[in-house]
Amino acid sequence: MQSRVILDSKKLQLTIDRLCYQIVETHKDFKDACIIGVQPRGVLFADRLVKRLQHLFPNYTIPYGKLDITFYRDDFRRADKAFSPSVTDITFSLENKNVILVDDVLYTGRTIRSALDALMDFGRPNDVELVVLIDRRLQRHVPIQAKYVGKTIDSINSEKVKVYWQETHEEDKVELIAHTDKPL
Amino acid sequence: MSALSTKHLLGIKYINTEDIHLILQTAKEFKEVINRPIKKVPSLRDVTIANLFFENSTRTRISFELAQKRLSADTINFSASASSVKKGETLLDTVNNILAMKVDMIVMRHSSVGAPMFLADKIQANIINAGDGTHEHPTQALLDAYSIKEKMGELKGLNVAICGDIRHSRVALSNIFCLQKLGANVMLAGPPTLIPKHMESLGVKTTYNIKEALQWCDVANVLRIQLERQDIKYFPTLREYSLYYGINRALLDSLKKEIVIMHPGPINRGVEINSDVADSKQSIILDQVENGVAVRMAIMFLLAGRSF
Repeated sequence: MQSRVILDSKKLQLTIDRLCYQIVETHKDFKDACIIGVQPRGVLFADRLVKRLQHLFPNYTIPYGKLDITFYRDDFRRADKAFSPSVTDITFSLENKNVILVDDVLYTGRTIRSALDALMDFGRPNDVELVVLIDRRLQRHVPIQAKYVGKTIDSINSEKVKVYWQETHEEDKVELIAHTDKPL
Repeated sequence: MSALSTKHLLGIKYINTEDIHLILQTAKEFKEVINRPIKKVPSLRDVTIANLFFENSTRTRISFELAQKRLSADTINFSASASSVKKGETLLDTVNNILAMKVDMIVMRHSSVGAPMFLADKIQANIINAGDGTHEHPTQALLDAYSIKEKMGELKGLNVAICGDIRHSRVALSNIFCLQKLGANVMLAGPPTLIPKHMESLGVKTTYNIKEALQWCDVANVLRIQLERQDIKYFPTLREYSLYYGINRALLDSLKKEIVIMHPGPINRGVEINSDVADSKQSIILDQVENGVAVRMAIMFLLAGRSF
């Protein structure tokens, strides 16, 4: 087993800052926009993003919700494990909103496809954009792409990307993990 | 902790505490779903469920059907009164014929104790017991547990009294198992004729004095007098039952504390419970009904998701 840090805590902070400015560049004061984190891990990233946005732009009110996609998955009854849902917490209508969907790693794209289904049950958004911290660009199963990307990486299927957050792992970093003896 | 330990829900006796916690936790997320503007999720869209009701039911059946529709499952309904059962077909034949049409899950109510357990050994589909005779009614116990948890926060250490017709109640037995597995204390209250002696072997307290039970408990689950199951007279008259065991406002006011009142329905108003109690703030009877849909969605979701 080999692992390599692809974003350390300092770079991660810079990346989050950059994403915040990019989002604000498009959405200005969030009058028509909202942020939706995808449960469970996208929410950890979204929490951080929202916190940073509020720090950088204290005058903005940022509508923030959490979306669980378990009931919309396309591999229910097909995967070799059972799924248990997390909390969905969206207290506002998404009708005509510009939704900024947040997840940590974009891989096959199936989670986001399910999330798009789930979003529609809260109203018809005006548009939906995707923010991801890591884009594993070569492994997409469905035609989905992110508008705001923290870092794009080329990886193979047997490798894993793991995101650690200070809140849950006492450290901010992103690692690429592979079952191999060769250093990555 | 994300999969049930069992393929069927035959009774609370046959599942473990982790299963119960998983069901209650999942039900919480489904309760959020059924309170959305769009109350439907596509999870079970390739699952077909047969509702086999060999015994009458209104609320349980509607609750199951609604839960199935909210999960996008395909459903077929069957009631014994309008079926080939009348022509002499056996239970196993009836079920096998339905399963031959590619049904994935069966929700069954039957007047015979053990009917779902009998089927579980013989068929592939998931079985949910929606009440077998006077034995178990696991989904009711789970929705009761969910409702208590929602109202009181935690079940551990809570005192719950089950009042009324214990002898003929499948709700009582399932509730006892469920409450005990979740760490609550249980007391049964009712007339001596309606509390079987062997109940004490389950580790529950019993009393023939309703006030004593109400004074002791935090939550009282009041059961219906099941006249249709009573083969002999267990008490002289309904009026006398109501006088000694009916729960009314004056009785609750005399307790000097506020307890939560539950009832699995259908209510016999003026017999086991009076309107001034059933419709009061203390009563969570309608919450039980609402939670029933969420809990049943959770059970069917978890059972269906297990078939890998």
